[in-house]
Amino acid sequence: MRLIRNLVRDKLGITSLLFLVLVMLMGVFAPIIAPHDPLAINMPLRYASPSWEHLLGNDHLGRDVLSRILYGIRASVLWIFLALIISVCIGTVMGFIAGYYRGIVDSIIMRICDVMLSFPVYVITIAIVGILGVGLENILFAFVLMKWAWFARIIRTSVLQYIEMEYVKYARTIGLSHRSIILRHILPLTFSDIAVVASSSMSSMILQISGLSFLGLGIKAPNAEWGMMLSEAREVMFTRPELMIAPGVAIISVVIGFNFLSDSLQVALNPELRQPSKIIE
Amino acid sequence: MGAYIARRILITLPLLLAVSFLTFLLISFSPVEPAEVILRAQEVPLITDELIERTNEELGLDKPFIIQYFHWLISSLQLDFGNSYVKNEPVWNLVGPAFINTFKLTVASTIVIIIFSVLIGVICAVNERKMVDRWMRTILFVFTATPSYLLGAVCIYLFSVKLDLLPTSGMEGVESYILPVLVTSLGYIGIYFRNIRSAMINNLNEDYVLYGRASGLSEYTITWHILRNSLQVAVSIFCMAIPLILGGTVVIENVFAWPGLGSLSIGAILNRDFPIIQAYVLIVAVAFVIFNMISDILNAMLNPRIRNDS
Repeated sequence: MRLIRNLVRDKLGITSLLFLVLVMLMGVFAPIIAPHDPLAINMPLRYASPSWEHLLGNDHLGRDVLSRILYGIRASVLWIFLALIISVCIGTVMGFIAGYYRGIVDSIIMRICDVMLSFPVYVITIAIVGILGVGLENILFAFVLMKWAWFARIIRTSVLQYIEMEYVKYARTIGLSHRSIILRHILPLTFSDIAVVASSSMSSMILQISGLSFLGLGIKAPNAEWGMMLSEAREVMFTRPELMIAPGVAIISVVIGFNFLSDSLQVALNPELRQPSKIIE
Repeated sequence: MGAYIARRILITLPLLLAVSFLTFLLISFSPVEPAEVILRAQEVPLITDELIERTNEELGLDKPFIIQYFHWLISSLQLDFGNSYVKNEPVWNLVGPAFINTFKLTVASTIVIIIFSVLIGVICAVNERKMVDRWMRTILFVFTATPSYLLGAVCIYLFSVKLDLLPTSGMEGVESYILPVLVTSLGYIGIYFRNIRSAMINNLNEDYVLYGRASGLSEYTITWHILRNSLQVAVSIFCMAIPLILGGTVVIENVFAWPGLGSLSIGAILNRDFPIIQAYVLIVAVAFVIFNMISDILNAMLNPRIRNDS
């Protein structure tokens, strides 16, 4: 695919992609690579500075910060990524139905999207967490519930655009089935649009969800999550500000990675953006 | 133009109705019975089924769903959101002042965002690809990737604790606005200045700029003209910013103990105080819809092409 070929040529883009893949793999294999049990409390080591045994030091309960960061990838990145994929899938299906079949179905789906998009994400998340109770799964549920509408709209727009292409019209004329037109001729084209939107939503989702965890609405203690680690570190901010560094750097670098990736995908999609006058970076 | 505005307002009305219905529907999905929460909050020692039934009757919770909804809608329109389960006080007495505080924070942040996005955008566009431009973009890029609560905590640590210049939290005087507004604005400035910058750079390549230069206008005058043409982008972006900030201050309000809707709603979640959550969701969603409508109308006024596109 052209998108991937262009992306590989973009050094920053491919570096970000590799970095993010590496982070996710570290999250998946956290039990193997983490040096300690992230939940093991070790009171004699409270607030210990970094040492060879505990590379990033220990927190207020003497737990190993590095292991908590590694396990934290799961809640802070992997689960969010899963929620993103689910909402992209729902959005793609809905967007395709709306854009391809048009008519009354289209109107209904789009009106539902209008309603979903009239709630700010934070507000609906708070409503859902308020009803179903505190927990990461409820926050993710709220995000899926809200975000699919956003993806459905974007995908509908690109389906409308591609459906007008000559060869799609030709495929319809010669009587190819809807299924094969969608799967073989339109879906591959929309993939790149989906990738751009998904990667840029990923960074805002990471920031928002970690913010909700910071407020104590997310994952339940003692599980590790970066936003909650920052919240725990804030309690002792005046005496041990260094505890904020590790989770802070973790979040910032992953978000920067996704931002770079989405910018590079955008350029890979429309190489004319690379022209000096229009550069977006 | 009148037709566009009328149409836009007509679309908004059913949307508001749908929003209110969804808000009401959401609360009804709660696995916990409201009557039970109320009785717990009133510290009733023994909660029997009979007691729950009686409370339901008192609150009209035994009526059919759709009737409950219309009751709720009509009283909500009169700003009567019922009583808080926990504080036993009218919800509006708690939510009203909080909304005003959140709105103050939103407006102050929007003003700061407008001023600094335009200023930095212009500086970067004029010095495109020079040192200033590169540094500004790098610094703001990092800020947009920084969680606002982390930025808030660092600011409190630096300005309030180490330098002892500003209050750590609360809403007392003008100086208590500085940190929350700064932290709210930084993330948005980092996004919006790029739009101003690229709009200005696009304008730099237009014929009228070349003509202006050829006729010997000063760089200052030319920049002013470009800025005027780029401001349309600015206005449309900032209209969109108000509803976004309004719906997103939850985290920052909690970091700075700002007595707004965000702080109120988190407390309500932890107490399962449904009327407050309901009122919060409804008020912010309605404000969000209305500000989006205003921003669409303003955009259409500035850009005639949008008007004809239904």
